[in-house]
Amino acid sequence: MFWNVTRALLDGLLTTFQIFLFTLVFSLPFGLVLAFGSMSKWRPLRYLIQVVVWIIRGTPLMLQLIIIFYGPGLWLGHNIWSGNESGRIMATVVAFSINYACYFSVIFRGGIEGVPAGQREAGEVLGMTKSQIFFRITLLQMVKRVVPPLSNEVITLVKDTSLARMIAAYELTFAGYSFMKSNGLTWPLFYTGVFYLVFVGVLTLLFNYIERKLDYFR
Amino acid sequence: MAILEVRNIGKQFDNTKVLDDVSFSLEEGNALAIIGSSGSGKTTLLRCLNFLETPDQGSITVKGETLFDASMPRREQEKGLRTKRLHFGMVFQSFNLFPQYTALENVTLSEKLLAKEQPDFKQNKKEIYERIEEHGEALLRQMGLAERMSHYPHQLSGGQQQRVAIARALALQPDILCFDEPTSALDPELTGEVLKVIRSLADKKTTMIIVTHEMAFARDVSDQLIFMDEGVIVEQGDPRQVIDHPQEERTKQFLTRYAQG
Repeated sequence: MFWNVTRALLDGLLTTFQIFLFTLVFSLPFGLVLAFGSMSKWRPLRYLIQVVVWIIRGTPLMLQLIIIFYGPGLWLGHNIWSGNESGRIMATVVAFSINYACYFSVIFRGGIEGVPAGQREAGEVLGMTKSQIFFRITLLQMVKRVVPPLSNEVITLVKDTSLARMIAAYELTFAGYSFMKSNGLTWPLFYTGVFYLVFVGVLTLLFNYIERKLDYFR
Repeated sequence: MAILEVRNIGKQFDNTKVLDDVSFSLEEGNALAIIGSSGSGKTTLLRCLNFLETPDQGSITVKGETLFDASMPRREQEKGLRTKRLHFGMVFQSFNLFPQYTALENVTLSEKLLAKEQPDFKQNKKEIYERIEEHGEALLRQMGLAERMSHYPHQLSGGQQQRVAIARALALQPDILCFDEPTSALDPELTGEVLKVIRSLADKKTTMIIVTHEMAFARDVSDQLIFMDEGVIVEQGDPRQVIDHPQEERTKQFLTRYAQG
């Protein structure tokens, strides 16, 4: 039985990991784009992004997931997500990417605005272009500032992946829960918890490593 | 002919006139000191010269080329802004070194980036970078920082950081080097080393504009002195003349207040 449970949980972990990884791959750059937009000199864009961030942060991720998965089918008459597991994962990744990009955008904006104006000015008087100033000067200083708040969000993401169960994606929590439903076993639930703890433990080590790596400057 | 001609510069923030009809000229190889109480517009004037602020009125001409004229259309003003900026070097009160780069990297970064725009960069990349490194090392040695080249800014004292910043500004060989209160953020015992470096630059006939509160230093080092108050030039001329025998009432008051500490 133990091996059966382990195999099922590993299966679930794979889905959880896919959701986690793809969400980060899309939401980190998208969040940076939103951060730039929210600092734009052009007001309509700034307001638009403020409203979007308000809506996304102001409603439950579970609700957003349900709307994104079932909405297109009900509005368009045909489901844009294929009915199998990969379709569910894709819908989850889309919903999560939008949601997390909004949270990340606020963190990034704080990180960019936290870099003193003198840094940009020093770059300007040295004849650097805007993009040179961002990539050569601001970016790394911003990254250093955002690592701690970002690590919070990333760890939350690990556990939020369990919401994918709402649309019947076979992720880690779903896998553990299924043994309770079918066999009345509770220990697989604790075993599931261990999987999450190890996942988050590895991430914590990774973030500590990144923080140490960026410790060479202040 | 003067290397720098500043004519009728005016600048307003909201409804406050920060600079009002400021005009002066500077000869090549001369050092100009600007004194005045805080809020008198000295820093804004330097920032206008470096295009960190856009003046509302007036013109700036360097070596006969008009870099800025408030009557030019906006697009014309911003054209070639990066190149125009390179006529001026800027040393900030708070150093503004890039914390993630070593002293040497701080000095060489902009030169390396500019080199990329050269047509022969791809073929001669290695030689070009070597030359830039050597140039940067020479500048840091000149600043007395031979032993500190691979230190990061936070590992350096304030005086050392400011000397790196001076080397960084010199790296691009600006026509005019500007100092914005270069010693104001330093502990008193560290101002000497920075002033010494600026003095040696003056001895080498570097064209400079120095905004400073170090009255004795301004008097000794500069060839020309401007006293500003409330956005206007109250008095200008020979530094000894202005400091020792001020003509204007406001200059006298400022110098008395300053002497009393």
